[in-house]
Amino acid sequence: MKTVNEMKLSFESKSINEGFSRVAVASFAATLDPTLEELNDIKTAVSEAVTNAIVHGYREKMGKIYITASITDKNTIRIKIRDNGVGIEDIEQARQPLFTTLGGERAGLGFAVMESFTDKVRVRSALGRGTTVTLEKRINGKGT
Amino acid sequence: MSARIEYLKKEIRVVLDGEIDHHSASLIRISVDDAIIHKRPQTLILDFSKVSFMDSSGIGLVMGRYKLMRSVGGRIRVDNLSPAAYKVMKLAGLERLGELRLRATEQQSIQNAT
Repeated sequence: MKTVNEMKLSFESKSINEGFSRVAVASFAATLDPTLEELNDIKTAVSEAVTNAIVHGYREKMGKIYITASITDKNTIRIKIRDNGVGIEDIEQARQPLFTTLGGERAGLGFAVMESFTDKVRVRSALGRGTTVTLEKRINGKGT
Repeated sequence: MSARIEYLKKEIRVVLDGEIDHHSASLIRISVDDAIIHKRPQTLILDFSKVSFMDSSGIGLVMGRYKLMRSVGGRIRVDNLSPAAYKVMKLAGLERLGELRLRATEQQSIQNAT
């Protein structure tokens, strides 16, 4: 797959940026002429990944979150969400539905939502160095 | 995100307005729980007609309120879900905990999704 367009974004790990970052990625994806449902799927998956970076990656600390979104010649959008936070000890376990290291009201469904709203979710993580989540979604769009 | 709380006879209706994510969910939780604890309603209705976006934080919001309602002997209903929010809640199996109702018209959901 060849990249035909790309954008990068970096912002602080403040929860108020969850809204802006998912809208920014969705606006970029809009060049593929997606349906409203596809746009919403992208927004939701990005929101989950960014929230994970904020609440798990950096926890109480502040750090930078980097997003790279690329559009390929196969009508696919690839979104990388990277943090330099604590990293994930056991990726397999973290991806299990209902698993969460935080109590309270986190449902533990972040990865489950990402998986059901995109076509492919890849996670790379190193303890103490950070996590990169890559989401891929094919946009069929409104065209016939 | 804002929440307007209406007190009916044996019900509390909470009209949520805006986007529900990790940031905003924490802001509305406290006022809703306060209302439940003081009024102990039979039914808590979460009205999603003005919700334009929801991620999995919305699941936590509904599950947390479900637990609290159960502890006061009541039940929960979620009204006017957009197809997108419904999809997220179904993923979590929330229809087993309370009643989930979709928005009456697709037209309305399209307006709210943009």
